[in-house]
Amino acid sequence: MTVWLALDLLLAAGSLALAFGVVRARRVFTAIALFIAHGLLLTLAWVRLDAVDVALTEGAIGAGLSGVLLLAARHRLARVGAGRVAEAPGRAVTIAIGLGCAAVTAALGYAVLALPDPAPSLAAEVAASLAATELGNPVTGVLMVFRGLDTLLEAAVLVLAVIGVWSLAPDRAWRGAPGAPWTVVEDGPLALLARLLPPVGIVVAVHILWVGADAPGGKFQAGAILAAMGLLAWLAGLARVPPTASRPMRATVAAGPALFIAVGLAGLMFQGAFLAYPEGLVKPVILLVEFVLTASVAAALALLVLGPPSADARP
Amino acid sequence: MSGTVFGLLGAALVGIGLFGMLVRAQPLMRIVCFNLLGSGVFLVFGAVARRGAGAGFAADPVPQAIILTGLVVAFAATTLAVALVLRLADDEDEAPR
Amino acid sequence: MSMLADAFTLVAVLAGIGFFAAGTAGLLRFPDTASRLHALTKADHLGLGLVVLGLLPQAGSLADSLRLLAIWALVLFAGAAAGPMLATLTRRTGPEA
Repeated sequence: MTVWLALDLLLAAGSLALAFGVVRARRVFTAIALFIAHGLLLTLAWVRLDAVDVALTEGAIGAGLSGVLLLAARHRLARVGAGRVAEAPGRAVTIAIGLGCAAVTAALGYAVLALPDPAPSLAAEVAASLAATELGNPVTGVLMVFRGLDTLLEAAVLVLAVIGVWSLAPDRAWRGAPGAPWTVVEDGPLALLARLLPPVGIVVAVHILWVGADAPGGKFQAGAILAAMGLLAWLAGLARVPPTASRPMRATVAAGPALFIAVGLAGLMFQGAFLAYPEGLVKPVILLVEFVLTASVAAALALLVLGPPSADARP
Repeated sequence: MSGTVFGLLGAALVGIGLFGMLVRAQPLMRIVCFNLLGSGVFLVFGAVARRGAGAGFAADPVPQAIILTGLVVAFAATTLAVALVLRLADDEDEAPR
Repeated sequence: MSMLADAFTLVAVLAGIGFFAAGTAGLLRFPDTASRLHALTKADHLGLGLVVLGLLPQAGSLADSLRLLAIWALVLFAGAAAGPMLATLTRRTGPEA
Protein backbone atom coordinates (compact mmCIF):
# COMPACT_ATOMS: atom_id res chain seq x y z
CA MET A 1 0.00 0.00 0.00
CA THR A 2 2.10 2.91 -1.20
CA VAL A 3 1.31 6.54 -0.49
CA TRP A 4 0.13 7.04 -4.07
CA LEU A 5 -2.33 4.17 -3.87
CA ALA A 6 -3.65 5.58 -0.59
CA LEU A 7 -4.08 8.97 -2.28
CA ASP A 8 -5.93 7.36 -5.18
CA LEU A 9 -8.22 5.48 -2.83
CA LEU A 10 -8.89 8.65 -0.81
CA LEU A 11 -9.77 10.59 -3.95
CA ALA A 12 -12.02 7.78 -5.16
CA ALA A 13 -13.75 7.48 -1.77
CA GLY A 14 -14.33 11.24 -1.60
CA SER A 15 -15.66 11.36 -5.12
CA LEU A 16 -17.98 8.42 -4.45
CA ALA A 17 -19.28 9.99 -1.24
CA LEU A 18 -19.96 13.26 -3.04
CA ALA A 19 -21.74 11.44 -5.87
CA PHE A 20 -24.00 9.68 -3.36
CA GLY A 21 -24.62 13.05 -1.74
CA VAL A 22 -25.62 14.54 -5.08
CA VAL A 23 -28.14 11.81 -5.82
CA ARG A 24 -29.62 11.84 -2.33
CA ALA A 25 -29.63 15.62 -1.85
CA ARG A 26 -33.00 16.99 -0.91
CA ARG A 27 -32.43 20.47 -2.32
CA VAL A 28 -31.15 21.17 -5.83
CA PHE A 29 -28.71 23.76 -4.49
CA THR A 30 -27.03 21.17 -2.26
CA ALA A 31 -26.77 18.79 -5.19
CA ILE A 32 -25.12 21.43 -7.39
CA ALA A 33 -22.66 22.46 -4.65
CA LEU A 34 -21.67 18.83 -4.07
CA PHE A 35 -21.40 18.34 -7.84
CA ILE A 36 -18.90 21.21 -8.07
CA ALA A 37 -16.85 19.71 -5.23
CA HIS A 38 -16.98 16.31 -6.99
CA GLY A 39 -15.69 17.99 -10.15
CA LEU A 40 -12.73 19.40 -8.24
CA LEU A 41 -11.86 15.99 -6.80
CA LEU A 42 -12.11 14.55 -10.30
CA THR A 43 -9.61 17.18 -11.45
CA LEU A 44 -7.13 15.69 -8.98
CA ALA A 45 -8.07 12.19 -10.17
CA TRP A 46 -7.21 13.20 -13.73
CA VAL A 47 -3.83 14.46 -12.58
CA ARG A 48 -3.24 11.07 -10.92
CA LEU A 49 -4.16 9.43 -14.24
CA ASP A 50 -1.38 11.50 -15.90
CA ALA A 51 -3.91 13.33 -18.09
CA VAL A 52 -3.15 16.91 -17.09
CA ASP A 53 -4.82 18.45 -20.15
CA VAL A 54 -8.03 16.64 -19.23
CA ALA A 55 -7.60 17.77 -15.61
CA LEU A 56 -7.40 21.42 -16.70
CA THR A 57 -10.49 21.03 -18.85
CA GLU A 58 -12.44 19.19 -16.16
CA GLY A 59 -11.60 21.89 -13.64
CA ALA A 60 -12.42 24.78 -15.92
CA ILE A 61 -15.43 23.44 -17.84
CA GLY A 62 -16.66 20.38 -15.98
CA ALA A 63 -16.59 21.83 -12.48
CA GLY A 64 -16.37 25.58 -13.04
CA LEU A 65 -18.55 26.61 -15.96
CA SER A 66 -21.05 23.78 -15.44
CA GLY A 67 -21.41 24.84 -11.82
CA VAL A 68 -22.07 28.46 -12.75
CA LEU A 69 -24.57 27.37 -15.39
CA LEU A 70 -26.48 25.08 -13.04
CA LEU A 71 -26.51 27.56 -10.15
CA ALA A 72 -27.84 30.33 -12.38
CA ALA A 73 -30.49 27.98 -13.76
CA ARG A 74 -31.52 26.92 -10.28
CA HIS A 75 -31.82 30.57 -9.25
CA ARG A 76 -34.02 31.30 -12.23
CA LEU A 77 -36.18 28.23 -11.71
CA ALA A 78 -36.64 29.16 -8.06
CA ARG A 79 -37.89 32.58 -9.14
CA VAL A 80 -40.07 31.46 -12.01
CA GLY A 81 -41.41 28.30 -10.42
CA ALA A 82 -40.34 24.90 -11.60
CA GLY A 83 -43.58 24.23 -13.38
CA ARG A 84 -44.84 20.74 -13.84
CA VAL A 85 -42.38 18.23 -12.42
CA ALA A 86 -42.66 14.54 -13.20
CA GLU A 87 -43.60 12.28 -10.33
CA ALA A 88 -40.87 10.39 -8.58
CA PRO A 89 -41.21 6.62 -9.18
CA GLY A 90 -42.68 4.49 -6.44
CA ARG A 91 -40.68 2.37 -4.02
CA ALA A 92 -40.75 -0.88 -5.99
CA VAL A 93 -39.72 0.85 -9.22
CA THR A 94 -36.91 2.68 -7.40
CA ILE A 95 -35.53 -0.59 -6.07
CA ALA A 96 -35.75 -2.15 -9.53
CA ILE A 97 -33.89 0.82 -11.03
CA GLY A 98 -31.30 0.57 -8.29
CA LEU A 99 -30.71 -3.08 -9.05
CA GLY A 100 -30.45 -2.32 -12.76
CA CYS A 101 -27.90 0.42 -12.15
CA ALA A 102 -25.93 -1.85 -9.83
CA ALA A 103 -25.87 -4.41 -12.65
CA VAL A 104 -24.55 -1.75 -15.05
CA THR A 105 -21.84 -0.80 -12.54
CA ALA A 106 -20.90 -4.45 -12.02
CA ALA A 107 -20.67 -5.05 -15.76
CA LEU A 108 -18.53 -1.94 -16.29
CA GLY A 109 -16.35 -2.83 -13.31
CA TYR A 110 -15.82 -6.31 -14.69
CA ALA A 111 -14.94 -4.79 -18.06
CA VAL A 112 -12.39 -2.48 -16.40
CA LEU A 113 -10.81 -5.38 -14.54
CA ALA A 114 -10.84 -7.60 -17.63
CA LEU A 115 -9.10 -5.14 -19.92
CA PRO A 116 -6.58 -6.95 -22.14
CA ASP A 117 -3.16 -7.18 -20.53
CA PRO A 118 -0.68 -5.99 -23.04
CA ALA A 119 -2.88 -2.93 -23.23
CA PRO A 120 -3.47 -1.76 -26.80
CA SER A 121 -2.09 1.69 -27.24
CA LEU A 122 -1.56 4.26 -29.96
CA ALA A 123 1.20 5.99 -28.02
CA ALA A 124 3.94 4.52 -30.19
CA GLU A 125 2.36 5.81 -33.41
CA VAL A 126 1.82 9.24 -31.86
CA ALA A 127 5.43 9.37 -30.66
CA ALA A 128 6.70 8.38 -34.09
CA SER A 129 4.70 11.05 -35.92
CA LEU A 130 4.91 13.84 -33.34
CA ALA A 131 8.24 15.18 -34.57
CA ALA A 132 6.69 16.14 -37.91
CA THR A 133 4.16 18.39 -36.16
CA GLU A 134 6.86 20.39 -34.31
CA LEU A 135 4.67 20.16 -31.20
CA GLY A 136 5.87 18.92 -27.87
CA ASN A 137 2.53 18.11 -26.29
CA PRO A 138 1.19 14.84 -27.73
CA VAL A 139 -2.41 15.64 -26.75
CA THR A 140 -2.26 18.91 -28.69
CA GLY A 141 -0.74 17.00 -31.56
CA VAL A 142 -3.60 14.51 -31.52
CA LEU A 143 -6.19 17.27 -31.18
CA MET A 144 -4.90 19.56 -33.90
CA VAL A 145 -3.15 17.26 -36.35
CA PHE A 146 -3.90 13.57 -36.06
CA ARG A 147 -7.58 13.95 -35.17
CA GLY A 148 -8.06 17.51 -36.31
CA LEU A 149 -11.41 16.61 -37.83
CA ASP A 150 -12.74 15.77 -34.35
CA THR A 151 -11.64 19.17 -33.06
CA LEU A 152 -13.21 20.91 -36.03
CA LEU A 153 -16.49 19.13 -35.40
CA GLU A 154 -16.24 19.94 -31.71
CA ALA A 155 -15.87 23.64 -32.46
CA ALA A 156 -18.80 23.36 -34.85
CA VAL A 157 -20.83 21.68 -32.09
CA LEU A 158 -20.20 24.70 -29.88
CA VAL A 159 -21.50 27.02 -32.61
CA LEU A 160 -24.55 24.80 -33.10
CA ALA A 161 -25.16 24.81 -29.35
CA VAL A 162 -25.08 28.63 -29.32
CA ILE A 163 -27.60 28.68 -32.18
CA GLY A 164 -29.75 26.13 -30.37
CA VAL A 165 -29.68 28.04 -27.08
CA TRP A 166 -30.49 31.34 -28.79
CA SER A 167 -33.36 29.82 -30.74
CA LEU A 168 -35.00 28.97 -27.41
CA ALA A 169 -35.61 32.64 -26.74
CA PRO A 170 -39.27 33.70 -26.84
CA ASP A 171 -40.13 35.67 -29.96
CA ARG A 172 -40.44 39.03 -28.23
CA ALA A 173 -36.94 38.66 -26.72
CA TRP A 174 -35.28 37.74 -29.99
CA ARG A 175 -32.23 39.87 -30.86
CA GLY A 176 -31.98 41.11 -27.26
CA ALA A 177 -28.99 40.75 -24.97
CA PRO A 178 -28.40 37.18 -23.77
CA GLY A 179 -28.77 36.35 -20.13
CA ALA A 180 -31.51 36.82 -17.60
CA PRO A 181 -31.56 40.11 -15.67
CA TRP A 182 -29.37 40.07 -12.62
CA THR A 183 -29.52 42.43 -9.63
CA VAL A 184 -26.16 44.15 -9.59
CA VAL A 185 -24.45 45.52 -6.48
CA GLU A 186 -22.20 48.38 -7.48
CA ASP A 187 -18.82 48.63 -5.76
CA GLY A 188 -19.33 45.47 -3.74
CA PRO A 189 -16.69 42.76 -3.19
CA LEU A 190 -17.76 41.13 -6.45
CA ALA A 191 -17.06 44.33 -8.36
CA LEU A 192 -13.62 44.49 -6.73
CA LEU A 193 -12.89 40.92 -7.77
CA ALA A 194 -14.19 41.64 -11.26
CA ARG A 195 -11.81 44.57 -11.55
CA LEU A 196 -8.75 42.73 -10.18
CA LEU A 197 -9.13 39.26 -11.63
CA PRO A 198 -9.75 39.63 -15.39
CA PRO A 199 -6.29 41.05 -16.20
CA VAL A 200 -4.69 38.15 -14.31
CA GLY A 201 -7.11 35.74 -15.95
CA ILE A 202 -6.32 37.00 -19.43
CA VAL A 203 -2.57 36.60 -18.84
CA VAL A 204 -3.08 33.09 -17.46
CA ALA A 205 -5.32 32.18 -20.41
CA VAL A 206 -2.85 33.40 -23.01
CA HIS A 207 -0.07 31.55 -21.17
CA ILE A 208 -2.06 28.31 -21.12
CA LEU A 209 -2.85 28.71 -24.83
CA TRP A 210 0.79 29.39 -25.74
CA VAL A 211 2.27 26.73 -23.53
CA GLY A 212 -0.23 24.17 -24.82
CA ALA A 213 2.00 23.49 -27.80
CA ASP A 214 4.67 21.87 -25.65
CA ALA A 215 3.15 21.27 -22.22
CA PRO A 216 -0.36 20.56 -20.90
CA GLY A 217 -2.70 23.33 -21.90
CA GLY A 218 -4.41 24.42 -25.05
CA LYS A 219 -7.24 26.40 -26.51
CA PHE A 220 -10.23 24.86 -24.72
CA GLN A 221 -8.78 25.49 -21.30
CA ALA A 222 -7.71 29.01 -22.28
CA GLY A 223 -11.12 29.69 -23.83
CA ALA A 224 -12.85 28.52 -20.65
CA ILE A 225 -10.75 30.87 -18.51
CA LEU A 226 -11.47 33.80 -20.83
CA ALA A 227 -15.18 32.96 -20.76
CA ALA A 228 -15.08 32.85 -16.97
CA MET A 229 -13.43 36.28 -16.81
CA GLY A 230 -16.07 37.69 -19.14
CA LEU A 231 -18.84 36.14 -17.06
CA LEU A 232 -17.29 37.56 -13.89
CA ALA A 233 -17.29 41.05 -15.37
CA TRP A 234 -20.91 40.57 -16.48
CA LEU A 235 -22.00 39.27 -13.06
CA ALA A 236 -20.49 42.33 -11.39
CA GLY A 237 -22.29 44.64 -13.79
CA LEU A 238 -19.01 45.96 -15.15
CA ALA A 239 -19.56 44.73 -18.68
CA ARG A 240 -22.63 44.48 -20.87
CA VAL A 241 -22.98 41.62 -23.29
CA PRO A 242 -23.67 42.71 -26.87
CA PRO A 243 -27.16 41.74 -28.06
CA THR A 244 -27.55 38.54 -30.05
CA ALA A 245 -28.17 40.65 -33.14
CA SER A 246 -24.64 42.08 -32.94
CA ARG A 247 -22.69 41.05 -36.03
CA PRO A 248 -19.20 41.33 -34.49
CA MET A 249 -20.17 38.94 -31.72
CA ARG A 250 -21.68 36.46 -34.17
CA ALA A 251 -18.53 36.79 -36.29
CA THR A 252 -16.33 36.04 -33.27
CA VAL A 253 -18.25 32.88 -32.49
CA ALA A 254 -18.16 31.70 -36.10
CA ALA A 255 -14.61 32.80 -36.96
CA GLY A 256 -12.79 29.89 -35.33
CA PRO A 257 -14.62 27.00 -36.99
CA ALA A 258 -14.78 28.96 -40.27
CA LEU A 259 -11.00 29.41 -40.29
CA PHE A 260 -10.48 25.77 -39.40
CA ILE A 261 -12.74 24.66 -42.25
CA ALA A 262 -10.94 27.05 -44.62
CA VAL A 263 -7.56 25.59 -43.60
CA GLY A 264 -9.02 22.13 -44.17
CA LEU A 265 -10.29 23.01 -47.62
CA ALA A 266 -6.94 24.61 -48.48
CA GLY A 267 -5.31 21.36 -47.45
CA LEU A 268 -7.74 19.49 -49.70
CA MET A 269 -6.90 21.75 -52.64
CA PHE A 270 -3.12 21.93 -52.25
CA GLN A 271 -2.13 18.75 -50.40
CA GLY A 272 -4.85 16.41 -51.54
CA ALA A 273 -6.32 15.63 -48.10
CA PHE A 274 -8.76 17.55 -45.93
CA LEU A 275 -6.95 19.29 -43.05
CA ALA A 276 -3.52 18.43 -44.40
CA TYR A 277 -1.22 21.21 -43.21
CA PRO A 278 1.30 22.66 -45.66
CA GLU A 279 4.84 21.28 -45.31
CA GLY A 280 7.15 23.44 -43.23
CA LEU A 281 4.29 25.69 -42.12
CA VAL A 282 2.66 23.20 -39.78
CA LYS A 283 3.29 24.98 -36.49
CA PRO A 284 2.44 28.55 -37.66
CA VAL A 285 -0.82 27.35 -39.19
CA ILE A 286 -1.71 25.39 -36.05
CA LEU A 287 -0.94 28.40 -33.86
CA LEU A 288 -3.03 30.70 -36.02
CA VAL A 289 -5.99 28.34 -35.96
CA GLU A 290 -5.59 27.90 -32.20
CA PHE A 291 -5.56 31.65 -31.53
CA VAL A 292 -8.70 32.31 -33.51
CA LEU A 293 -10.36 29.20 -32.09
CA THR A 294 -9.61 30.36 -28.54
CA ALA A 295 -11.53 33.57 -29.13
CA SER A 296 -14.40 31.66 -30.67
CA VAL A 297 -14.47 29.04 -27.93
CA ALA A 298 -14.35 31.71 -25.22
CA ALA A 299 -17.22 33.63 -26.82
CA ALA A 300 -19.25 30.47 -27.38
CA LEU A 301 -18.74 29.16 -23.84
CA ALA A 302 -19.67 32.52 -22.30
CA LEU A 303 -22.78 32.79 -24.47
CA LEU A 304 -23.77 29.22 -23.63
CA VAL A 305 -23.56 29.91 -19.91
CA LEU A 306 -25.46 33.20 -20.28
CA GLY A 307 -28.31 31.49 -22.06
CA PRO A 308 -30.97 32.76 -24.42
CA PRO A 309 -32.13 36.38 -24.42
CA SER A 310 -34.69 36.78 -21.69
CA ALA A 311 -38.21 38.10 -22.05
CA ASP A 312 -38.02 40.15 -18.86
CA ALA A 313 -34.71 41.80 -19.63
CA ARG A 314 -34.53 45.55 -19.39
CA PRO A 315 -34.62 47.08 -22.90
CA MET B 1 -2.83 0.78 -10.29
CA SER B 2 -4.30 4.29 -10.59
CA GLY B 3 -5.93 3.16 -13.78
CA THR B 4 -7.79 0.34 -12.09
CA VAL B 5 -8.86 2.39 -9.07
CA PHE B 6 -10.24 5.23 -11.15
CA GLY B 7 -11.72 2.87 -13.74
CA LEU B 8 -13.74 1.22 -10.97
CA LEU B 9 -14.66 4.68 -9.65
CA GLY B 10 -15.89 5.52 -13.14
CA ALA B 11 -18.02 2.37 -13.23
CA ALA B 12 -19.53 3.30 -9.86
CA LEU B 13 -20.21 6.87 -11.00
CA VAL B 14 -21.97 5.55 -14.11
CA GLY B 15 -24.29 3.49 -11.92
CA ILE B 16 -24.91 6.33 -9.47
CA GLY B 17 -25.49 8.90 -12.20
CA LEU B 18 -27.83 6.62 -14.09
CA PHE B 19 -29.80 5.91 -10.91
CA GLY B 20 -30.09 9.62 -10.14
CA MET B 21 -31.17 10.43 -13.65
CA LEU B 22 -33.96 7.86 -13.60
CA VAL B 23 -35.19 8.36 -10.05
CA ARG B 24 -35.02 12.08 -9.30
CA ALA B 25 -37.94 14.06 -10.60
CA GLN B 26 -36.68 17.63 -10.94
CA PRO B 27 -35.20 18.42 -14.36
CA LEU B 28 -32.10 20.17 -12.98
CA MET B 29 -31.32 17.18 -10.74
CA ARG B 30 -31.55 14.96 -13.79
CA ILE B 31 -29.10 17.20 -15.64
CA VAL B 32 -26.66 17.10 -12.70
CA CYS B 33 -26.90 13.31 -12.59
CA PHE B 34 -26.40 13.17 -16.35
CA ASN B 35 -23.13 15.04 -15.80
CA LEU B 36 -22.18 12.52 -13.10
CA LEU B 37 -22.87 9.72 -15.58
CA GLY B 38 -20.73 11.51 -18.14
CA SER B 39 -17.83 11.96 -15.74
CA GLY B 40 -17.98 8.25 -14.93
CA VAL B 41 -17.77 7.34 -18.61
CA PHE B 42 -14.80 9.67 -19.06
CA LEU B 43 -13.04 8.12 -16.07
CA VAL B 44 -13.43 4.62 -17.53
CA PHE B 45 -11.93 5.92 -20.75
CA GLY B 46 -9.19 7.61 -18.74
CA ALA B 47 -8.34 4.29 -17.13
CA VAL B 48 -7.95 2.83 -20.62
CA ALA B 49 -5.71 5.77 -21.54
CA ARG B 50 -3.58 5.28 -18.44
CA ARG B 51 -3.09 1.62 -19.22
CA GLY B 52 -2.03 2.50 -22.75
CA ALA B 53 1.09 4.24 -21.49
CA GLY B 54 4.20 3.72 -23.55
CA ALA B 55 6.75 5.27 -25.91
CA GLY B 56 7.74 7.81 -23.30
CA PHE B 57 4.21 9.05 -22.57
CA ALA B 58 2.67 8.46 -19.18
CA ALA B 59 -0.75 7.92 -20.74
CA ASP B 60 -1.96 7.22 -24.27
CA PRO B 61 -2.63 10.65 -25.81
CA VAL B 62 -5.37 9.62 -28.24
CA PRO B 63 -8.01 8.70 -25.59
CA GLN B 64 -7.03 11.85 -23.68
CA ALA B 65 -7.81 14.01 -26.69
CA ILE B 66 -11.11 12.19 -27.18
CA ILE B 67 -12.03 12.68 -23.52
CA LEU B 68 -11.27 16.40 -23.90
CA THR B 69 -13.58 16.60 -26.89
CA GLY B 70 -16.23 14.65 -24.96
CA LEU B 71 -16.02 17.03 -21.98
CA VAL B 72 -16.65 20.08 -24.15
CA VAL B 73 -19.47 18.43 -26.09
CA ALA B 74 -21.09 17.21 -22.86
CA PHE B 75 -20.94 20.76 -21.55
CA ALA B 76 -22.58 22.07 -24.72
CA ALA B 77 -25.32 19.43 -24.33
CA THR B 78 -25.80 20.46 -20.69
CA THR B 79 -26.24 24.11 -21.64
CA LEU B 80 -28.81 23.17 -24.27
CA ALA B 81 -30.66 20.97 -21.77
CA VAL B 82 -30.66 23.75 -19.16
CA ALA B 83 -31.97 26.27 -21.70
CA LEU B 84 -34.76 23.83 -22.63
CA VAL B 85 -35.69 23.34 -18.96
CA LEU B 86 -35.81 27.10 -18.38
CA ARG B 87 -37.91 27.70 -21.48
CA LEU B 88 -40.37 24.95 -20.52
CA ALA B 89 -40.66 26.45 -17.03
CA ASP B 90 -41.30 29.89 -18.54
CA ASP B 91 -44.04 28.55 -20.79
CA GLU B 92 -45.70 26.72 -17.92
CA ASP B 93 -45.55 29.93 -15.94
CA GLU B 94 -47.29 31.97 -18.66
CA ALA B 95 -50.04 29.52 -19.51
CA PRO B 96 -51.23 27.85 -16.31
CA ARG B 97 -53.32 24.80 -17.02
CA MET C 1 21.25 21.54 2.62
CA SER C 2 18.56 19.61 0.87
CA MET C 3 17.81 17.73 4.07
CA LEU C 4 17.26 21.07 5.77
CA ALA C 5 14.94 22.12 2.94
CA ASP C 6 13.03 18.83 3.21
CA ALA C 7 12.69 19.21 6.97
CA PHE C 8 11.39 22.77 6.51
CA THR C 9 8.89 21.52 3.91
CA LEU C 10 7.70 18.78 6.24
CA VAL C 11 7.24 21.12 9.20
CA ALA C 12 5.50 23.86 7.20
CA VAL C 13 3.15 21.49 5.38
CA LEU C 14 2.23 19.71 8.60
CA ALA C 15 1.49 23.05 10.25
CA GLY C 16 -0.61 24.01 7.23
CA ILE C 17 -2.56 20.74 7.48
CA GLY C 18 -3.12 21.50 11.16
CA PHE C 19 -4.67 24.84 10.26
CA PHE C 20 -6.82 23.20 7.58
CA ALA C 21 -8.03 20.68 10.15
CA ALA C 22 -8.85 23.54 12.51
CA GLY C 23 -10.79 25.31 9.76
CA THR C 24 -12.73 22.15 8.97
CA ALA C 25 -13.49 21.61 12.63
CA GLY C 26 -14.79 25.17 12.77
CA LEU C 27 -16.91 24.58 9.66
CA LEU C 28 -18.50 21.53 11.24
CA ARG C 29 -18.91 22.75 14.80
CA PHE C 30 -19.56 26.49 14.76
CA PRO C 31 -23.18 27.43 15.35
CA ASP C 32 -23.92 29.92 12.58
CA THR C 33 -22.82 30.99 9.11
CA ALA C 34 -20.81 34.04 10.13
CA SER C 35 -18.51 32.17 12.49
CA ARG C 36 -18.14 29.35 9.97
CA LEU C 37 -17.08 31.91 7.38
CA HIS C 38 -14.55 33.20 9.85
CA ALA C 39 -13.11 29.73 10.39
CA LEU C 40 -13.00 29.00 6.66
CA THR C 41 -11.41 32.19 5.45
CA LYS C 42 -8.88 32.77 8.23
CA ALA C 43 -7.76 29.25 9.06
CA ASP C 44 -7.87 27.82 5.54
CA HIS C 45 -5.99 30.72 3.97
CA LEU C 46 -3.31 30.57 6.63
CA GLY C 47 -3.11 26.82 6.16
CA LEU C 48 -2.73 27.25 2.39
CA GLY C 49 -0.07 29.91 2.96
CA LEU C 50 1.93 27.55 5.18
CA VAL C 51 1.61 24.72 2.64
CA VAL C 52 2.78 27.05 -0.15
CA LEU C 53 5.64 28.26 2.04
CA GLY C 54 6.63 24.67 2.71
CA LEU C 55 6.56 23.81 -1.00
CA LEU C 56 8.73 26.78 -2.00
CA PRO C 57 12.05 25.00 -1.33
CA GLN C 58 10.82 22.11 -3.48
CA ALA C 59 9.95 24.28 -6.46
CA GLY C 60 12.43 23.81 -9.27
CA SER C 61 12.86 27.39 -10.37
CA LEU C 62 12.01 30.97 -9.51
CA ALA C 63 9.14 30.85 -12.00
CA ASP C 64 7.62 27.85 -10.21
CA SER C 65 7.96 29.56 -6.81
CA LEU C 66 6.27 32.67 -8.18
CA ARG C 67 3.49 30.49 -9.56
CA LEU C 68 2.95 28.93 -6.14
CA LEU C 69 2.77 32.37 -4.53
CA ALA C 70 0.41 33.55 -7.28
CA ILE C 71 -1.89 30.60 -6.52
CA TRP C 72 -2.00 31.61 -2.86
CA ALA C 73 -2.68 35.23 -3.79
CA LEU C 74 -5.53 34.22 -6.10
CA VAL C 75 -7.13 32.05 -3.41
CA LEU C 76 -6.87 34.99 -1.01
CA PHE C 77 -8.60 37.24 -3.57
CA ALA C 78 -11.39 34.74 -4.08
CA GLY C 79 -11.90 34.37 -0.34
CA ALA C 80 -11.76 38.10 0.21
CA ALA C 81 -14.57 38.56 -2.30
CA ALA C 82 -16.66 35.53 -1.39
CA GLY C 83 -16.52 36.01 2.38
CA PRO C 84 -18.15 39.45 2.58
CA MET C 85 -20.70 38.46 -0.06
CA LEU C 86 -21.75 35.42 1.90
CA ALA C 87 -21.81 37.44 5.11
CA THR C 88 -24.06 40.10 3.52
CA LEU C 89 -26.35 37.37 2.20
CA THR C 90 -26.51 35.78 5.65
CA ARG C 91 -27.31 39.07 7.32
CA ARG C 92 -30.12 39.62 4.83
CA THR C 93 -31.70 36.18 5.00
CA GLY C 94 -30.92 35.31 8.59
CA PRO C 95 -28.44 32.74 9.88
CA GLU C 96 -29.52 29.41 8.47
CA ALA C 97 -27.83 26.10 8.42
